[in-house]
Amino acid sequence: MATRIHPLLGAFAILVFFFLLAPLVIIVGAALSDTTFLTFPPQGLTLRWFANIFQIEAFRRTAITSLQVAILGTGLSLLIGIPAAYALNRYRVELPRWLSTLFVLPILVPEIVFGFALLKSITIGLGLPVFISLVVGHALLILPYSVRVVGASLASFDFSIEEAARSLGCPPLKTFMTVVLPNIRAGVIAAFILAFITSINDVSVSVFLTGPGISTLPIQILAHMEQFFDPTIASVSVLLMLVTVGVMAIVEATLGLTFLTK
Amino acid sequence: MTVSLTIENLSAHYGTTQVLKDLSISVAAGELVSLLGSSGCGKTTTLRLVAGFLQPTSGRIRLGDRDLTTLPAHARDIGLVFQNYALFPHLTVLDNVAFGLKQRGLSKPDRAKRAMAMLERVGLAPLADRLPAALSGGQKQRVALARALVIEPPLLMFDEPLSNLDAKLRIDMRVEIRQLQRANGTTSLYVTHDQEEAFSISDRVAIMNAGRILQLDTPEVLYQKPASAFVARFVGFENLIRMKVIERQSAIVAAEAAGGTRLHLSQDLFGPIKDDFILACRADGLAVRREGEGIPAVLGTRTYLGRAYQYKCETAAGEITANGPLSDPLDAGARAVLAPLPEQCCILDPED
Repeated sequence: MATRIHPLLGAFAILVFFFLLAPLVIIVGAALSDTTFLTFPPQGLTLRWFANIFQIEAFRRTAITSLQVAILGTGLSLLIGIPAAYALNRYRVELPRWLSTLFVLPILVPEIVFGFALLKSITIGLGLPVFISLVVGHALLILPYSVRVVGASLASFDFSIEEAARSLGCPPLKTFMTVVLPNIRAGVIAAFILAFITSINDVSVSVFLTGPGISTLPIQILAHMEQFFDPTIASVSVLLMLVTVGVMAIVEATLGLTFLTK
Repeated sequence: MTVSLTIENLSAHYGTTQVLKDLSISVAAGELVSLLGSSGCGKTTTLRLVAGFLQPTSGRIRLGDRDLTTLPAHARDIGLVFQNYALFPHLTVLDNVAFGLKQRGLSKPDRAKRAMAMLERVGLAPLADRLPAALSGGQKQRVALARALVIEPPLLMFDEPLSNLDAKLRIDMRVEIRQLQRANGTTSLYVTHDQEEAFSISDRVAIMNAGRILQLDTPEVLYQKPASAFVARFVGFENLIRMKVIERQSAIVAAEAAGGTRLHLSQDLFGPIKDDFILACRADGLAVRREGEGIPAVLGTRTYLGRAYQYKCETAAGEITANGPLSDPLDAGARAVLAPLPEQCCILDPED
């Protein structure tokens, strides 16, 4: 027997999907428009704005920077996040409660404040080069994802198997690598992907940390828009969206998306 | 190469709470000793201290001539069997069993050969390629047992290994554990809260309470001659009657319980009796008679036990449970006397 849905509820659901998806449809439409300004619905269809992206050196350069920052930042955040998540779960009883909240702060603090704070502390305060600042800043921004997502898979991890390994003669670090890590693999991959996507799409932190000669793709999109209001912006956005969708598709195919929401 | 385990004056704290108080115990080579007690008595803490997962505040742990006290867990060479099996979920049954051999640097063919031989002994060779998730509880515990035994440890420890299994399997598994332990002659420490399990599997049992060992004896002695009121209650003595001596005439002692109930007890039969004592016995330790010397009682509900009738009796000294013969059933409300049978009674010190 099919469940009957109240017509109002149905209409409401359709509205929600409409508001979620409509802007994306508009962007895709605008990217295909054969005009020199952004418009929707598209007037004529062309792919020349996509081709145009690759002719603009700044987009190529910043896309590479974005990828480098995302990969290094995510790696760094996992390097800190995995041991932190491990400790927070393993010693849950012994550690004070606020400690786990501490690792979520970067997403609780308004991003613009966080970005400014990073500018003051690491770029100006420590005088780090722009690229390093970006990597460190992104690593801190996405640290909550590493800690929370890896933590979620550690929450259901049975720590007695760690004791079993040690009783069988396996030293602590080796136990972590051979017994703990393989069993939280899914969580680590999920954390990597979430963190990666967050990093590659970030504007508010990057806007403070980018500097002369070094920028990320989203920041370059903003800069480009200030000068040219042409559909190139829309087509870059579509590409960025496709990268995200592609990553999610890989997750879905290999692990199933459900484990991101678990 | 069987060795003995010696624990000397071990104390442990969680924060400021002392959970183990100056505990000493020694397990002879090849012997299986159980730590028995309710939860929070310190039995698991003792096992975790010996395993090296906890550090004692004072005391020593020795295995043969090795001092384990400060060794890290992975250097202690102890086989452990956990309550929740603790198998490695990402490894096959064979790799689980071979894990300890791998840590000892054995070559891959050697590991596989020895792990397989061990799996055959526990009857799981056909499941060698399965993952633990595809096993039943009993099979998992067999794998855990094989994994602990295959490294041929000088000491085996069991932490409530049968608690997660159903009743029938529990009995099969404890026979199996006992056989394997005997065949290998491995010194073993076994933690459980199940009295029947402890008594059936052990050479000796240590009854623990509040971080101390109250009595360490063979199951027979514990069952028949508990040394304190706590142990008596623990092993199922229903009746603990507090009494005071009022008169001594050579070996015969006249004693009085609450409510003025008097008994004459012979020290030749009951053993030495102090002025203030507890007369402890099971329901079988009191004969229900229509008349004669004994504790006057009004019988309550009669329960058929198969080998006897059991009565809940009202006496001046409180409620007493006693078993009467099948040949002479008595009805509720009948008057009778309850005569203590010396060979089934214990004279214990009163509790403070």
